[in-house]
Amino acid sequence: MIERIDELRTQAEAAIATADTTRALEELRVRYLGRKAELPNLLRSVAQLPAEERGTVGRAANEARQLLEGLIEARAGELEAGELDARLVADRVDVTLPGEPPQPIGRLHLLTATWRELEDVFIGLGFTVVEGPEVETVHYNFDALNHDATHPARDRTDTFYVADDVVLRTHTSPMQIRAMEAHPPPLYVVIPGRTYRRDNDATHTPMFHQVEGLAVDEDITLADLKGTLLAFARAVFGEERDVRLRPHFFPFTEPSVEVDVSCFQCGGDGHLRDGSRCNICKGEGWLEILGAGEVDPNIYAYVDDDRYDPEKVQGFAWGLGIERVAMLKHGVTDLRLFYDNDLRFLEQFG
Amino acid sequence: MRVPLEWLSEYADAGLPVKALEERLTMTGTKVEAVHHHGVGALERFVVGRVLEAERHPDADRLTVCSVDVGDGGPQQIVCGAPNVAAGQTVAVARPGAVMPNGMELGVAKLRGVESNGMILAEDELGIGTDHAGIMVLGDEHAPGTPLKAVLPIFTAVFEFEITPNRPDCLGVYGVAREVHAATGAPLKPPPWAQDLRTGAEIPGVEIRVEDPELCPRFTARVFEDVTIGPSPPWLKARLMAAGQRPINNVVDITNYVMLLAGNPLHAFDLDRIEGGRLVVRRARPGEQITTLDDVVRTLDDQMLLIEDDAGPTSIAGVMGGQRSEVHDGTTRVLMEVANWNGPNIHRTSQLLNLRSEASGRFEKGLAPEQAMEAQIVATQLMIELTGARLVPGTIDVGGPGPPPKVIRLRERRVAELLGRAIERPRQAEILTALQFGVTDADDGLDVSVPAFRRNDVYREADLVEEVARIDGLEKLPATLPKRRGSAGRLTTVQRLRRRAVDALVGRGMYETVGWSFTDPGLADRLRLAPDDPRRDFVVLENPMSEDHSVLRTTLAGALLDAARHNTARGMPDLALFECGTVYRATTDKLPHEHRALGGILTGRLHPQTWGTPEPPRAGFFAAKGVLGAALDAIRVRWDVEPATEPFLHPGRTARVSAGGEDVGWLGELHPLVARTWDLDHGAALFEVDLDRVLGHADAVPQYVDLTSFPALRMDLSVTLPEDVPAATVVATVREAGGDLLADARVFDLYHGEQVGAGRKSLALALAFRAPDRTLTDEDVAPLRERIVGALHDALGGDLRA
Repeated sequence: MIERIDELRTQAEAAIATADTTRALEELRVRYLGRKAELPNLLRSVAQLPAEERGTVGRAANEARQLLEGLIEARAGELEAGELDARLVADRVDVTLPGEPPQPIGRLHLLTATWRELEDVFIGLGFTVVEGPEVETVHYNFDALNHDATHPARDRTDTFYVADDVVLRTHTSPMQIRAMEAHPPPLYVVIPGRTYRRDNDATHTPMFHQVEGLAVDEDITLADLKGTLLAFARAVFGEERDVRLRPHFFPFTEPSVEVDVSCFQCGGDGHLRDGSRCNICKGEGWLEILGAGEVDPNIYAYVDDDRYDPEKVQGFAWGLGIERVAMLKHGVTDLRLFYDNDLRFLEQFG
Repeated sequence: MRVPLEWLSEYADAGLPVKALEERLTMTGTKVEAVHHHGVGALERFVVGRVLEAERHPDADRLTVCSVDVGDGGPQQIVCGAPNVAAGQTVAVARPGAVMPNGMELGVAKLRGVESNGMILAEDELGIGTDHAGIMVLGDEHAPGTPLKAVLPIFTAVFEFEITPNRPDCLGVYGVAREVHAATGAPLKPPPWAQDLRTGAEIPGVEIRVEDPELCPRFTARVFEDVTIGPSPPWLKARLMAAGQRPINNVVDITNYVMLLAGNPLHAFDLDRIEGGRLVVRRARPGEQITTLDDVVRTLDDQMLLIEDDAGPTSIAGVMGGQRSEVHDGTTRVLMEVANWNGPNIHRTSQLLNLRSEASGRFEKGLAPEQAMEAQIVATQLMIELTGARLVPGTIDVGGPGPPPKVIRLRERRVAELLGRAIERPRQAEILTALQFGVTDADDGLDVSVPAFRRNDVYREADLVEEVARIDGLEKLPATLPKRRGSAGRLTTVQRLRRRAVDALVGRGMYETVGWSFTDPGLADRLRLAPDDPRRDFVVLENPMSEDHSVLRTTLAGALLDAARHNTARGMPDLALFECGTVYRATTDKLPHEHRALGGILTGRLHPQTWGTPEPPRAGFFAAKGVLGAALDAIRVRWDVEPATEPFLHPGRTARVSAGGEDVGWLGELHPLVARTWDLDHGAALFEVDLDRVLGHADAVPQYVDLTSFPALRMDLSVTLPEDVPAATVVATVREAGGDLLADARVFDLYHGEQVGAGRKSLALALAFRAPDRTLTDEDVAPLRERIVGALHDALGGDLRA
């Protein structure tokens, strides 16, 4: 009896090990462990054996059955995994097809992207962002900014008039006065927004955008202006940039300066590695980027607040063209592209 | 302002390479915009020559074959076409290899078979004059072979300066020379007006009367007799040419030359054509007319100043002369007028008459009265020297010099306080002295007296700080940061939320546009706006650049439609565009109402055709509502819509949008007729909201609600209803009946068909019930469901679908 059990077990072990489909394995299970199979029958018939044999034969048969069950289960696992893999491999897709459904990307306009970039740089430098009206009084746009009665910017050839004393603001500077009227010193603000001048060519559009800066405190120096704008230039154009201040004239700053940034393409050399003239800075090594200066003492007189006393406070201001920064940084050659809203332009930025 | 370096160097010669001088002047505030090269190249090929022999060309009547001594290598054969060439003349010669002003290099040429080793020059060929009638004949004192550049100004670099409006003193060569002196330390020659013939105050037979001294602070006049009108000498013509002025004749050239040198315009009258020998400066009578030099009749007003003689007006003062008393070829007596005019008044006159001249452009910047006499003195020297004239004794000077110099205290510490870098007092004094300021020591700094030519520009301590800073060198400033007492940079809540709303649209695949603030008033008609629609209250520009841009927009719709048309016409018909920008509405206030609007347009397919979606959905009302909803939900605004009409939208597919109960804008599909106007064949869906108002309803600081401790119990409800019951009414009825435990009710399906019958529709709703303190059971919710079903039936005629 024991011999027969061993024989069956050996036979079944070999068969299970060589079964190569789940179906064949199932057949083996029926053959060796099924209702009509020999081994289960042996187990069932143990009770009829002499008492002294029952223990050994029963144990042996049971062990054989458990062993075979385990072997079948293990083999089934192997075979199922293999068959699943085979099915999955057959169920392949072309992974190089586009995603579905397509997800349109959407973009900020280059102008907004640059606007935010500038705002964020100056926020990091301690400035808050304020905004103001685009249709502005002559008082705020010119008079309170110390413009002579004959200043050419007042000309109707240069400035849009809505009434004799109302214009489309020609710069974001009128908000300097409004900001000082609204807040006592110390004051650190930037003022982004739309501005307007009667100009129309590849480098001028009648509408454009500026970011004004104004800092007024007890001891704000021209050197502080330089440091602030150096930080801005490096944040926007790269850590290696340098700035230089050139004396200039603006009615509402004294001293007044124009600020140049060292060219980010040629590094300020004015020429490229191959010796050719740098096309971005036109060989100058510097890019004019904005006008600035120490707030002219006359300006404080237009603010109806004693705390803005030029003997007690001083500050700096600048006006920066957003399009100018965007054009330089991204190599845009025609300002009018900003306002065509052509998708082929919009898709490239933001 | 073009300044030939050759001329500038006569007064201050820095001895620097052109590039270095350019750099230094730019960095001290006299910005060089460009450096031009005026005249010839290969200078060594230009020499003085002497014509030894001159014989007619064997085969050409008009050509002369000359033998010219050019100093070395023996006589050279040169063929010359000028009628005036003759043996014995000292002439200017260009030898082969010379580069002419037009860039052409001269070679050995054959003229009608005869070899010519160069060219005998006329002045126009050197760019130093306009005369081409004959060759220049030079003085015999110049030996053959002498470099021509030693005799004639045949080459100079020309600086083109950007002179800022505060520095009219730099509109003259000598003014720029002062800057060169201060910036480089080059010695400054005394001004050309340093020496003057002393003359009495009266000129017999000439009277000048100034009726309005405020508008004419100074008027000077001198008279010259025995004037011979003729060409100017080469050196003067050369300088004018290099400075960009065309030589005319000696008297006119003198007025231009002196203006370029001293800054102040001059006017030469033919004294014999001044009726009565009297000039009166007076305001014009309203409507008075005058014919100016350009042969145009100008009508003046009583703020404008004119000059008249006994026969009537001769010039518009400071702007343009009249024809009657101009200098002409036969002039022998010249009255030289050099005056000073009120800048703002000249500016006004020139603006109103739309008449700009070199003179008005200078006077309107505000010249110093002192400059008038300076120019008069230089003109006197040149008139005598170049026209053979005799000065009639006497100088008329009405008004005299300006006020005495102002003295300003410059506190030493103030320089450091403003600049952030100290400049020692002796250095301050050195700089200011170089700039022609008077300087004396004071206890805490310097007392500085301002020269007349800087009177309008420098009148405060800060102005002196600028002078010191710019010459000392701004490049020496350190880069420091403000102390930022108590200031912390941040965006305001509104600014943050605005970015969030915009980002939400970008996140839905929309492209941001930036539209013109300008539009044309016809937009209102194209949008079919009613006569009383407030969007017709345009802010109107008085001086637009074009009719298309003559008013400010009252809605974003025009710009969005324009952008859609632009792209559609270029083969990009599938668009999702938006703008966040200002719109403007005129009010009775001085300034219009401005608000920030957020608007969008969707047209064409919502996404491209793909392998998985051969028929992508097209933009319509619900696509627009979806993206607008995303923007509003992103900033946590409670918003709603209700059916409405807009004249430019589809009357059945238009809604008002409200936020927190406040009307904030509109949403809908474009009316087909309006779509046709913008060539949008497939229609479009648009929206626009007043973002400023919307943001007022945003929940910027959401408070925590416990939604996790106890799960919600969800169920779906399907109900048939009459067709015309809006979904929003169904949801409102359900919410009302569901009470506090109904946390959410949402329509997720809409069905029409036979099963629900004609005139009815089926809506499926997803409901979620939630209690804050326990997990709800079916038994809790069953009565609520009953109530909801009952309410739908009773209020709306709804029946539960099986």
